[in-house]
Amino acid sequence: MNKNLERLYNGLWKENPTFVLMLGMCPTLAVTTSAINGIGMGLSTTVVLVLSNMMISALRNIIPDRVRMPAFIVVVASFVTIVQFLMQGFTPSLYASLGIYIPLIVVNCIILGRAESYASKNPVIPSMFDGIGMGLGFTVGLTLIGIVREILGNGSVFGVTISALNDFHITLFGLAPGAFIVLGFLVAIMNVVRRKMEAAGKPLPAVQGCLSGDCSGCTLSSACTGKSMVHVTKEEIPVDPKDVAKPEPAKDAVKQTANTKNTEDVEKSGSDSSYADDDIEGKEENK
Amino acid sequence: MSDLLKVSSSPHVRAKDDTSRIMLYVILALMPTTIFGIVNFGLRALALILVCVFTCVISEFLFEKAVGKKNTIGDFSAVVTGLLLALNLPFTLPIWQAVLGSVFAIVVVKMLFGGLGQNFMNPALGGRVFLVISFAATMTHFEYDGVAGATPLQLLKSGEAVNTLDMLIGHTGGTIGETSALCILIGAIILILLGVIDLTIPGVYIVTFSIFIILFGGHGFDTTYLVAHLCGGGLMLGAFFMATDYVTSPITPSGKVIFGICLGLLTGIFRIFGNSAEGVSFAIIFSNLLVPLIEKVTVPRAFGITREKKPKEVKANE
Repeated sequence: MNKNLERLYNGLWKENPTFVLMLGMCPTLAVTTSAINGIGMGLSTTVVLVLSNMMISALRNIIPDRVRMPAFIVVVASFVTIVQFLMQGFTPSLYASLGIYIPLIVVNCIILGRAESYASKNPVIPSMFDGIGMGLGFTVGLTLIGIVREILGNGSVFGVTISALNDFHITLFGLAPGAFIVLGFLVAIMNVVRRKMEAAGKPLPAVQGCLSGDCSGCTLSSACTGKSMVHVTKEEIPVDPKDVAKPEPAKDAVKQTANTKNTEDVEKSGSDSSYADDDIEGKEENK
Repeated sequence: MSDLLKVSSSPHVRAKDDTSRIMLYVILALMPTTIFGIVNFGLRALALILVCVFTCVISEFLFEKAVGKKNTIGDFSAVVTGLLLALNLPFTLPIWQAVLGSVFAIVVVKMLFGGLGQNFMNPALGGRVFLVISFAATMTHFEYDGVAGATPLQLLKSGEAVNTLDMLIGHTGGTIGETSALCILIGAIILILLGVIDLTIPGVYIVTFSIFIILFGGHGFDTTYLVAHLCGGGLMLGAFFMATDYVTSPITPSGKVIFGICLGLLTGIFRIFGNSAEGVSFAIIFSNLLVPLIEKVTVPRAFGITREKKPKEVKANE
């Protein structure tokens, strides 16, 4: 249970997809003209994220590694279609204002990112909490941006007009540049808060890599420029066992074969001793 | 002579010009325009100018205080930004909008990118464009002699006759500083004589724009139409005072020519084919964004190095 809570904390604060990982920028910048839009987009993404994380986690041992991307996309697209139809039926105004960005949830980096880096390697329950955490983090981010932009650009909050701001509408914040500016300021505030927490002796764990810091399973690993960001922390331990567990039996197998063939064993020991001799010679030269 | 024989590290000979002196020259050159604007539009214009200058200086001071940077209000660049911004506003603009524009110009456009020398676009124009987009109604509301009316450029766009002599002197509606082409030209001559700006960028800008107007303006070589376009709107103010901003214009000689051509073409396109009558500020800001690219492709040839040899040498080193 503690691990599940940790997943929630991770998504909401430590690796907040909007303010820390900077994932899903397209909907973040495009739909956050109002707080309602932000919440709507965030929650629909959350629903898709939770369901797809659970489904992919449940299927993680069935999906062949080579076709995992198409498989993930099929799962995500199915859930997005369901959510899209539900929204069209029950919240038509929100559906109209979010427009193309609902089907675009399919290619949202957060969903594929969590599927690739977490759900495909972990059991169903932690994956579900990971989805909830990340989804809520995304929702909070979008809603915050939406609130600020709505107040400044439209003089209202959640559609309720603030009469004091009737003459103070700054149209720019309802447009694209306003989205970039507000996002930049919120990220800056977030960084200041983080720095202050570190100064107060409560350092937050460092952000890991592009998604989870687990580059071993990443297809883009060779082309990735962000690998230097990887920090080894305790969080990686639950992710690793599968990968760590694989080489171990392989080593055992090598030992077993080596034991059956004595000649190889002798050769190995011979080479070992020669290395040792080299070492000693080197030390003598140094002396 | 004894001053020149000091034993020290370079530079050994210093020019008298520094940032604050150049900024003072610019302020001096803007004075004819400013005074004419105040005479033309009244004390409301003076109040707006003072508010903009004051807000720009204060916001630079407070921002640097807040982030613990070295205080740079002594170089007067914030004063120039405030003055230029105010000259680009209609005198009827509400004070709080002017304050907001000034804060945006200094904090967002200039200081967040690292202060003077680091800003990628002209702060005053950034502030103006912020205001134009945000408060279209008040930013395009022009009064003259107590009567709200269209600017000469708007009249020109709708095909009505304009008085070019009034436009040259400045007895028309418009922003505080843009109406009098004559005063701006006096200021420009001051700047050129003091060696603060050279004529390349404004010259190429105006010539390119004139050719564009003759070719695509629909009036052929009509002197009245051409003069009206040159004296109307912010073209003169933009060409001499904002396109020549050291930070946001190219430093290479051929880059300056390309920059001027870009400005002329964009202004012409915006004015003739755009919805709005004016396009100088957008043209300058857009060209500001092109400056790094322009400088990259116009690096001058160093003495003694031919272009053909250069890549071979690099290969040999590798």
